[in-house]
Amino acid sequence: MLKIENLHVRLEEEDKVILRGVDLEVQPGQVHAIMGPNGSGKSTLSYVLAGREGYEVTDGTATLDGEDLLGIEAEERAALGLFLAFQYPVEIPGVTNMTFLRTAVNSQRKARGEEEMNAADFLRLVREKARTLNIDQDMLKRPINVGFSGGEKKRNEILQMAVLEPRMCILDETDSGLDVDAMKLVAEGVNALRAQDRSFLVITHYQRLLDHITPDVVHIMADGRIVQSGGPELALEVEQNGYGDILKSVA
Amino acid sequence: MAVPAQKFELAAHLLAARPVPSGEAAWATAARAAAVERLTRMGAPHRRDEYFKFTDPAALVAPEAPAVSHVAPDEKAAFADSDQLRLVFVDGVFAPERSDAVALEGLEIQPLGEALRTDIHWAREVFGKLEERGQDPVHRPLAALNTAQATQGFAIRVTGVVRRPIAFVYERSADAVDAVVHHVVRLEEKADLTLIETGAAASRFSGVTEVDVADGAGFHHVRTQGRDHERLAFTAMFARLGEKSTFKSFTLTANGRLTRNEQIVEFAGAEGVAHVAGACLGDGDFHHDDTIFVTHGAPDCESRQVFKKVLRNGAVGVFQGKILVRSIAQRTDGYQISQGLLLDEDSQFLTKPELEIYADDVKCSHGSTCGAVDETALFYLTSRGIPRGEATDLLVLAFVDEAVQEIEDEGLAADVRERLAGWVARRRR
Ligand SMILES: Nc1ncnc2c1ncn2[C@@H]1O[C@H](COP(=O)(O)OP(=O)(O)OP(=O)(O)O)[C@@H](O)[C@H]1O
Ligand SMILES: [Mg+2]
Repeated sequence: MLKIENLHVRLEEEDKVILRGVDLEVQPGQVHAIMGPNGSGKSTLSYVLAGREGYEVTDGTATLDGEDLLGIEAEERAALGLFLAFQYPVEIPGVTNMTFLRTAVNSQRKARGEEEMNAADFLRLVREKARTLNIDQDMLKRPINVGFSGGEKKRNEILQMAVLEPRMCILDETDSGLDVDAMKLVAEGVNALRAQDRSFLVITHYQRLLDHITPDVVHIMADGRIVQSGGPELALEVEQNGYGDILKSVA
Repeated sequence: MAVPAQKFELAAHLLAARPVPSGEAAWATAARAAAVERLTRMGAPHRRDEYFKFTDPAALVAPEAPAVSHVAPDEKAAFADSDQLRLVFVDGVFAPERSDAVALEGLEIQPLGEALRTDIHWAREVFGKLEERGQDPVHRPLAALNTAQATQGFAIRVTGVVRRPIAFVYERSADAVDAVVHHVVRLEEKADLTLIETGAAASRFSGVTEVDVADGAGFHHVRTQGRDHERLAFTAMFARLGEKSTFKSFTLTANGRLTRNEQIVEFAGAEGVAHVAGACLGDGDFHHDDTIFVTHGAPDCESRQVFKKVLRNGAVGVFQGKILVRSIAQRTDGYQISQGLLLDEDSQFLTKPELEIYADDVKCSHGSTCGAVDETALFYLTSRGIPRGEATDLLVLAFVDEAVQEIEDEGLAADVRERLAGWVARRRR
């Protein structure tokens, strides 16, 4: 599904290298988790994959089902089925959630040569997904994320994911700032989407989320590299002992 | 030649170019003479005048109106769906054969030329009078010129709550022509009127409206200024607001080589509300200037100015907005925001926000920003599959929407949004 090889990335604006050779492969249907200390490059990796500007890839590749991601625009990556749930969802005054979702769905369909979804079907789809995530109709009519609480913003990310049905979902700290119930809702939202042909890359600091969404593989990222990979037990080790031992052992 | 001499010479030329109408009632003749005297004293506007620093008035006072091509209409006429009293002007001349019968329940209305020949007592308190009040402290010579010369327009006295809006539809026919239009409106106590204006009016337009809003009355104004690219326009609206009255005005300007919109609002009674808003979209040879002056001359009034300008391909936007709070105007609530969205590096947004406050218990704020499309927002939208061009359009429309929200009537607001979307979509074809 997603294959990242030897990815090196620096900032365009300043001479700062952030990713120093990331290797990662996610198979169809798998859930991978990435953990790692603050500032190790997790969000940067997700942004680079999603196509944010301001980064220069100095070496390496990233492909989705064999198609090169790094040479195409962010919207093309989305149409290919890549989705990033933002660590900090963006507030956009003046554009309602509904308009945003409808434009996104239809843009992706258009890019894939599919027919646009009619208004009634779209409304039904969004209402149903919103209901399962406990997002009320008022929130849908409000401008994107404006005045949303931290947890509402994260649930809104999952709503977008549920409506767009991407095949490669990257979740950047979607669990941060969620109360216990919201965490369950989000996890259920993710689990509902789990499928043979859909994969997840879950960036998190906590075992909590992984209690609900069991990962197949856990990676530890440090200083711009994946320094260790293992099973779910690796996350438990981090939870108990922090990163100290792991980082020492790979140093 | 020194600037002042040039200003006075030009004023004389402008006055000579168009005779001051004769045969009017004594009060009207006196109002015209006073306007002539004002202009003669002030001189014509000049680039070196403080309030024309950002906007060169030369084209507005040049001897000839420019030839302006016509944009073929490819969208439905603005606001045409609402039930309204439609009064059509062609090149600034009222066209009764194209208009509804000039009558509406709840008000008295007659063509300006007619009104000025009769002894109507209310109009003498308004015609030229509000314009004259608005000349201090900032000179508005083009408005005085308009008062001296205009023969077209309407005199409207509103006595009740009028549900059906009046729509002035300004059509163009000739390629090159001046239109000089002057309306006077008096809203009696608790009266209410919505005035719609649409169209470019002429290749060069001078439009002045004086609005006297009595206690408890409400005046709602929504206008669009046409789509012709090279047209020139000067407009000025002078409003005097009585106690607990409401004044709301919104202007959409898309295209036009030069537009100067002045709005001069004075609170003369306590607890009044005035919202003045505008959205403009400029592409290329476009210079748009909003010059606003709100005087709080009474306590407990609320004023808002909300102006948004989207500029590309070297377009220029100007905002000069002032809030003057006199010492009597305690507990004033004044707000002003002007924002420019520059779609490229060639465009410019020039602002001069001013606060002058003599009362001590007031709440006044103003802000002005200028910037490009927010890259973070753009990334968020494109990351969901929305192409960059379309995402930019969404953000442009979102940007101007804060001004559109000032329109109270949802139907009129929807029409404005549709036209904004049309403008934006046409740029991407
Ligand atoms: N635009 C930028 N300008 C300057 N430094 C940046 C920029 N983007 C990222 N960095 C730096 O790169 C490093 C990696 O940042 P990144 O956000 O990817 O970390 P992270 O692993 O997601 O951290 P966290 O767990 O705190 O979310 C940090 O040191 C950060 O300060
Ligand atoms: Mg991060």
